[in-house]
Amino acid sequence: MMVQCKRRVTRPIATVFFALCAMMFASLAMADALDDTLAKFTTDKFPDTQAAIGELIASGAPIAPKLFDALAEGRLLFDSDENKLYVSDGADNLVDARTGEKANVDSPDDLKKVRVNNAVRAALETARGSMSLMVPDPKARIDAAETIFKSRDPASLPQLDAAIAAEKTARVKQALAEARAAIIVMQSDAPEADRLAAVNTLNARGDQDSVGLLNELVAASQGRVKTAAANATAAIQSKLALWNNLQNVFYGLSLGSVLLLAAIGLAITFGVMGVINMAHGEMVMLGAYTTFVTQEAIKAYKPELFNYSLFIAIPLAFLVTGFIGVVIERSIIRFLYGRPLETLLATFGLSLILQPAVRSVFGANNREVGAPAFMAGSFDFGGLAITSGRMWIIVFAMAVFVALQLVLRATSFGLRIRAVTQNRRMASAMGIDTNRIDALAFGLGSGIAGMAGVALSQIDNVSPNLGQSYIIDSFLVVVFGGVGNLWGTLVAALTLGIANKFLEPLIGAVLGKIALLIFIILFIQKRPRGLFALKGRAVEA
Amino acid sequence: MNANRLLDTRGLVFVAILVAAAIIVPVLALATPTGSALHVPPYLVALMGKYLCFAMLALALDLVWGYCGILSLGHGAFFALGGYAMGMYLMRQIGPRGVYANPLLPDFMVFLNYKALPVAWWGFNWFPYAAVMVLLVPGVLAFAFGWLAFRSRVTGVYLSIITQAMTYALQLAFFRNDMGLGGNNGLTDFKDILGFNVQSDATRATLFSLSALALVGAYLIARAMVVSKFGKVVIAIRDAESRTRFLGYRVESYKLVVFTVSAMMAGVAGALYVPQVGIINPGEFAPANSIEAVIWVSVGGRGTLVGAALGAILVNFAKTWFTGVLPSFWLFALGLLFILVTVFMPKGLLGLFSRFQRRQAAPDAPVSVTEAQS
Amino acid sequence: MSIASDNPALTSSLLYLDGVAVSFDGYKALRGLSLVLAPGEMRAIIGPNGAGKTTMMDIITGKTRADTGDVYFAGTHDLSKLDEATIAELGIGRKFQKPTVFESHTVRDNILLALKAPRKAFATLFGKPPVDERERIDQILETTRLKDHRDRLAADLSHGQKQWLEIGMLLAQDPKLLLVDEPVAGMTDAETAQTAILLREIARDHSVVVVEHDMTFVRDLGVKVTVLHEGSVLAEGNLDDVSADPRVIEVYLGR
Repeated sequence: MMVQCKRRVTRPIATVFFALCAMMFASLAMADALDDTLAKFTTDKFPDTQAAIGELIASGAPIAPKLFDALAEGRLLFDSDENKLYVSDGADNLVDARTGEKANVDSPDDLKKVRVNNAVRAALETARGSMSLMVPDPKARIDAAETIFKSRDPASLPQLDAAIAAEKTARVKQALAEARAAIIVMQSDAPEADRLAAVNTLNARGDQDSVGLLNELVAASQGRVKTAAANATAAIQSKLALWNNLQNVFYGLSLGSVLLLAAIGLAITFGVMGVINMAHGEMVMLGAYTTFVTQEAIKAYKPELFNYSLFIAIPLAFLVTGFIGVVIERSIIRFLYGRPLETLLATFGLSLILQPAVRSVFGANNREVGAPAFMAGSFDFGGLAITSGRMWIIVFAMAVFVALQLVLRATSFGLRIRAVTQNRRMASAMGIDTNRIDALAFGLGSGIAGMAGVALSQIDNVSPNLGQSYIIDSFLVVVFGGVGNLWGTLVAALTLGIANKFLEPLIGAVLGKIALLIFIILFIQKRPRGLFALKGRAVEA
Repeated sequence: MNANRLLDTRGLVFVAILVAAAIIVPVLALATPTGSALHVPPYLVALMGKYLCFAMLALALDLVWGYCGILSLGHGAFFALGGYAMGMYLMRQIGPRGVYANPLLPDFMVFLNYKALPVAWWGFNWFPYAAVMVLLVPGVLAFAFGWLAFRSRVTGVYLSIITQAMTYALQLAFFRNDMGLGGNNGLTDFKDILGFNVQSDATRATLFSLSALALVGAYLIARAMVVSKFGKVVIAIRDAESRTRFLGYRVESYKLVVFTVSAMMAGVAGALYVPQVGIINPGEFAPANSIEAVIWVSVGGRGTLVGAALGAILVNFAKTWFTGVLPSFWLFALGLLFILVTVFMPKGLLGLFSRFQRRQAAPDAPVSVTEAQS
Repeated sequence: MSIASDNPALTSSLLYLDGVAVSFDGYKALRGLSLVLAPGEMRAIIGPNGAGKTTMMDIITGKTRADTGDVYFAGTHDLSKLDEATIAELGIGRKFQKPTVFESHTVRDNILLALKAPRKAFATLFGKPPVDERERIDQILETTRLKDHRDRLAADLSHGQKQWLEIGMLLAQDPKLLLVDEPVAGMTDAETAQTAILLREIARDHSVVVVEHDMTFVRDLGVKVTVLHEGSVLAEGNLDDVSADPRVIEVYLGR
């Protein structure tokens, strides 16, 4: 080895050479141990290789990671005559494993690969895991701790202890402690107090993996450890069930918000005006296509605005569908006031026209509507996985609801709408232009449908049939909530959304849907006018 | 008192035409040589037979909507249930001639690894049982649904929407393979009906005649119902429900009778439809189908029975014609028709016709009133 | 029904309301209304708008359920447990505030549907009409002065004629008790006078409760008057006594 060193080193840096030699002398004892360890790789016996891996970790030698990588990739070679170890770079270059210096070997073809079997491979995996406990990136350290948590290899224990002692970051320390606990709990010879503490650590971790581990422990242990493990399992499971339920509530809220968006415009046209607008779904669809067109225009002319495309599309969709709504009211609906069932037929005809019309303009295929950056991705909140898209839809639905309530309660337009709803003739006598109010109210309902379309374009395929999938649900929401009551619509939409998400895992999506349909059919028998019905003698004329 | 007779002039013409068609069409289809001017090709026989089934569905719908004011948006469900009952009989008749040649199980069951015939299918190889089921299944569903809905006084829009929810729920259910009714694909590849080949010209002609006669029968039953005192009560319910109640009539039982009878008629229509088109699948439950049937009634003129049947035939004829000539325009045309009829012709074609007729007969009208009084 | 046996006011009455209260979404339409009507009696009920007159009729006919209180008919039937159809068959007829007739039926058929006859669906579907049906219809049309209009559609009648047709339907129903809600609203003076005569005729062999605002009409009837105010009885007696009551003047008649 020294010979090779000398060969390589040139005279001008001879001093450096002497310095190096001095350092090596100082750590002679260690170096000797390391040499012995490395020698074990050259015996061509699996148990020796395994032992060598263990010793190498324990030594904490800086060369260890490189050697493990080389071993894993089949680049660790040895010379059986000289018991020397080399690392190949995959091409023809060799370096000395001990020194990391470039090595010149006379006949590289005589070198043999250090062989690996499953046991060695497993030892190697653990070893590489424990090595990375020391890397600078905290995220990587947590990953390494997780790897050990899963493998639960007792051999990693010394590194873990070392890493815990050295670790400064609390989150990483926590992960390390959990990994250590995972190993300790299963060691029947470990002190009972340690094992109990480990059970507590796992309990605090409280995820599905901990449950699996603790379950194993319950089966494998006795006495206080067994009891503690059983208790911890139960505790974690009930906590997990709680989070799971909360997650379902979140999904349900997001589905409910979609339903609310689709239904709330209908609650205006149907609930307030007594018009059953079967083309409401098509208004939603047109809103989605408005989003598509807006995005295409932005992509073509101002790509840097793409992240704001939805904010531009929302008012546009409102205006486009609102305008179409006014046109529909003026051209068809106004002839049909007082005949609600016939508005149903006429507007169904309208939806039959609008679908092929859109199909002939935009084609029958789904159109791609992109998600701006803030809609993508997800984050964890406690035990909840929250997708940004869903969260923004909930926010948007609530904003629309609040805005609509404000329009109806706090503006003179809203006052007029309510006046016309309650007593058309009286309102007319008071000088309210009821025709205009009807048209604008229908426009408002349609415009909200258009805004719903913007939201739906983010979660559903934008196709001419988009609206159809929501129309029946929307009607059920309005009827369930009680016609003419926006709060009822809100409660109904969220209730149905959440119920749906809780039923889905139990009986499947389709059966869940059927169950809800049957529930609403039966519910209407019990309360023929919905959850929040207006009561009194004026209702039934 | 023309209006109270079982057969008024209009009804007489309607029945006469149908009976004549039931006799003449098979003769022209079977006894004339192909290519002769009088020959009715088999596809046309099947097509017209299909129209007659739709006419019967429209008639059934008119009975509940036109006379009792119940706008059912789920009548397609009763039609489809009748169709499925017939389809199950036809499936059992295939016997070992299926692709998998299983003597007991229809192909789709073999495919889905059924070990034995589901209980729901028992007895369907026997025609009388299937025939009873054609009436019973839609009838029982309508009775149960109506019993709940009418007793709790669900009316108007609410009723319409829950009937729609009903057919939608059934559609979802029938799409499922575990319903044991063929799932998505439904029931098809029929071979025989009562030992006759369903594809043969003679069978088709016979099915056409049966459809025409069934329509006559349905018309006579419906007509007998609406001209009786029962019918007057039903119309009274449509006009002023609470007034009828305060007169001591139990409105819900009247509605229930009409709804159930109507559902059974729709079931029979569906049962006759299936062998003529050769397939029944969950698509028949689609809510849009039921709404389309409402439009047939609306186009023809609701509360007229004859008009409803006529509307069904006309709209479907137009559909066939349009899909042949201008396929992409059919939905436009249908949609436009919905709108125009609803807005401008609330009484339908027959309403237009009788207004015209009344204007013609106006000078005589006072005379007829005095005659009736004396 | 223990109270039926030990309460003479109840057993001797045709209609007995005691402490009836009902509220809609917090609005108290009736608060402790009590009213006793003897068999054969005719009673006029007056009161300002919102006094609970129509709600009282809804309670009696089974359209609305009372929250608390007793409602008995003929001393034995607890009306709060029966539905409209059963109550109608017991013999309580009702005329609405707004004339409600079957517009697409002829005048004759309107009366026919009201005539006392089996009400069951199957009876009307398969039953035979009674032999004297035609005479009874003619008799009623005579009484209500609608004989010349028997084959017209009810939709084509004038407002007053519709009111009479509805009263005719009540007669055909031959109830023990008639509830008549504002029968002369929207009528000409001549029609009003005729209606008063008609009602007095009817009162000869039926008990009648008339709700009316028209004081001239109430005076024409010449019967005991009950004044309702805010859901309970304010005063009761003959019209002259009631009109002199300062409370009645305060809330209803005006000074």
